Amino acid sequence: MDLNLTSEELAFREEFRAWLESNVPKDWSTWREKPLEDAFSYLRAWQRKLYESGWAAVSWPREYGGRSATLMQQAIFWEEMSRVEAPPMANALGLGLIGPTIIAYGTPQQKARFIPKILSAEEIWCQGFSEPNAGSDLAALQTEARLNNGKYIVNGQKVWTSYGWVGDWCELVVRTDSAAAKHKGLTVLLVDMKSAGVEVRPLRQMTGESEFNEIFFRDVHVPVENVLGSVNDGWNVAVSTLMHERGAYGARLILTFKRNIHRMIELARNTQRNGRPAAHDPVLRQKLAQCYAEVEIMRLNQLRAFSRITATGAPGPEGSIQKLFWSELNQRLQQLTQELLGPFGQLAAGDENAVDRGVWSYGYLRSRGNTIEAGTSEVQRNIIGHFVLGLPRSY
Amino acid sequence: MEFGLNESQEILRDSARQFFAGECPMSEVRRLMETDTAFEQTLWTKLAEQGYTGITFPEAVGGAGLGCVELILLMEEAGRALLPGPFFSTVALAGSIFQSIGAAAQRKEYLAAIARGEARGTVAFLEREASWNPTDLRIVAKNDKLTGEKLFATDAAVADWILVAAQNGVFVVRKEAPGLRVTPMLGMDLTRKLYKVQFENTPADQLGELSAISKGLDIATVALCAEAVGGMQRVLDLSVEYAKTRKQFGKPIGMFQAVQHQCADMYLETESTRSAVYYAAWALQHESPDAAAAVSIAKLYTSDASRTVGNRAIQIHGGMGFTWENDIHLYYRRAKSSETMFGDATFHRERLATLVIDAAVTSAQHA
Repeated sequence: MDLNLTSEELAFREEFRAWLESNVPKDWSTWREKPLEDAFSYLRAWQRKLYESGWAAVSWPREYGGRSATLMQQAIFWEEMSRVEAPPMANALGLGLIGPTIIAYGTPQQKARFIPKILSAEEIWCQGFSEPNAGSDLAALQTEARLNNGKYIVNGQKVWTSYGWVGDWCELVVRTDSAAAKHKGLTVLLVDMKSAGVEVRPLRQMTGESEFNEIFFRDVHVPVENVLGSVNDGWNVAVSTLMHERGAYGARLILTFKRNIHRMIELARNTQRNGRPAAHDPVLRQKLAQCYAEVEIMRLNQLRAFSRITATGAPGPEGSIQKLFWSELNQRLQQLTQELLGPFGQLAAGDENAVDRGVWSYGYLRSRGNTIEAGTSEVQRNIIGHFVLGLPRSY
Repeated sequence: MEFGLNESQEILRDSARQFFAGECPMSEVRRLMETDTAFEQTLWTKLAEQGYTGITFPEAVGGAGLGCVELILLMEEAGRALLPGPFFSTVALAGSIFQSIGAAAQRKEYLAAIARGEARGTVAFLEREASWNPTDLRIVAKNDKLTGEKLFATDAAVADWILVAAQNGVFVVRKEAPGLRVTPMLGMDLTRKLYKVQFENTPADQLGELSAISKGLDIATVALCAEAVGGMQRVLDLSVEYAKTRKQFGKPIGMFQAVQHQCADMYLETESTRSAVYYAAWALQHESPDAAAAVSIAKLYTSDASRTVGNRAIQIHGGMGFTWENDIHLYYRRAKSSETMFGDATFHRERLATLVIDAAVTSAQHA
């Protein structure tokens, strides 16, 4: 056990810190509150800049344009990005989830065709997994692909697709064998979103905005060379993507949580409650200390998971602990901030009295989605129960 | 950065697990807990032969010279086995304080005898107000004599030395000292006995200033948390095993999500506690600036999580979990006793708040 950074890790940090210093855009703060649609070309340009210096996908193997960074170096990368409040990259799903899946399962032709443009943000990717009748029970999905004259004809509907409105390509899970058991008849297709028959509609969520889309596929033609992995082995390909989703994302969130808890402490010091600062209220102090402790434990769980993943080679079901932990913790953090702010907590962006331009009002509502997206808390507990503890499947 | 165990740490953990499984099975735990002191020299001698009684002491006094991380790995295995008797009191508590306080000659005498397995010690801290805050202590030594009362001293009946925290310093009282009276208190944990300790003009040697006790107490606190992690792991393992084998409605009960999700939460709570405790041990060993905060984070989380894991385990075991015959309640009893020792979750949340909320005020004012 040695929790100090190694000399390689320190060198990695110095190199990236120096690069950021001269390259990070200084005007992101003026863009960040605009709708994502307006800021998107800005984010593409930022990713392109990272790509040109080899920083777009540090976790990827060198031969695919990454830096073969260790998990700790990846954590350092995101820590540095966060430290200078760098903008996010445009192709978040392509870099974080879909690129690694193509690297793992793609043919040489697919890798050559897709990987460079994922890195450069020339082609933005989205993920077609959930359907109206296949959420937690993803393997029950019904979007079908039929082979016809060397092409797949796709029909069906996907929901909760992030970046659907700007996506050039989609990692789409479809049913190719309706006679097989539900996990056995699935295939992953790489689908050009400009194909005839693809229709994207915004899905308005309870926060009022539309982060996600619904996508409709009507007789969409997909060439057979766009099958990722083997036909009817799509479940394994999709699970590989989901593992990345649960493992990698949590690591980046820690920085946001750290920033939030420090801001909450600042707010508690500066907010008067019952004639004294909220930070002096014994009950609120207890709750703040509990949240502070849990944010720290989230970080420590992540570091221990890194060491385990480094030993075993791949993100495993333990990622479910992180997902469960951060999503439920964020709901507690948001609720506590509401308690700290009292009636001001509800005020949305645009109100002259809104605290921090309404981020806490928005964050409170948005956090309800955390225990649903990327696998509900119930699904995470099923994964821990079955795959980690070896209990019989409950469904 | 590496948050896993290295090879020698893994060897230590594995051999400790094997040792406790062989020398301290549950039948032995139950036999010892029915005795007055839960202590027997036979088992104690074996612990000393393993080098466990001097694990963190310098090699010059016959110790193994290992660090806080190794101590918590050993305590975790002791906790898994529910090791009864004064091991924690002597090695992790009195031993850690002896190591960080007192003149070299005094230290050598105490530590060498403990390492050899010839002597045991404990600490008497709490008084009737039951505050773990040193500034609340009332007892004062006058002319190197103590008069007064301490409560909740663990294993005091088998201690050769009782370390006493007083307003004006830390003192050692020998077991044969005149005016010393040790009376059992009927605590919930049957494996670690509690005592009322009374002094009447009892001679006491000063070891050092009261403020010097905090480092040893921090190490003991983390060691106690590590012991709890071992207990939580055992209780989780027993519950998962039971959920796999116990059938109702024709199915193993672990197939029902109401049961399975309790197991998943126990796993999350156990692993999270382990992360907090390992980090606190590392931070203490390396005198990291956040060590005090890390200790409070470990203790507040452990205090709540070890109780919660026990609650869930009893529920999963159903009627069996409520019986004397089932082992869960033995762990559950210790979890409750350890929950309040060195301050419960409420105490440590306030201590953490002082460190991270009030300190933030100060630094902002200076900025």
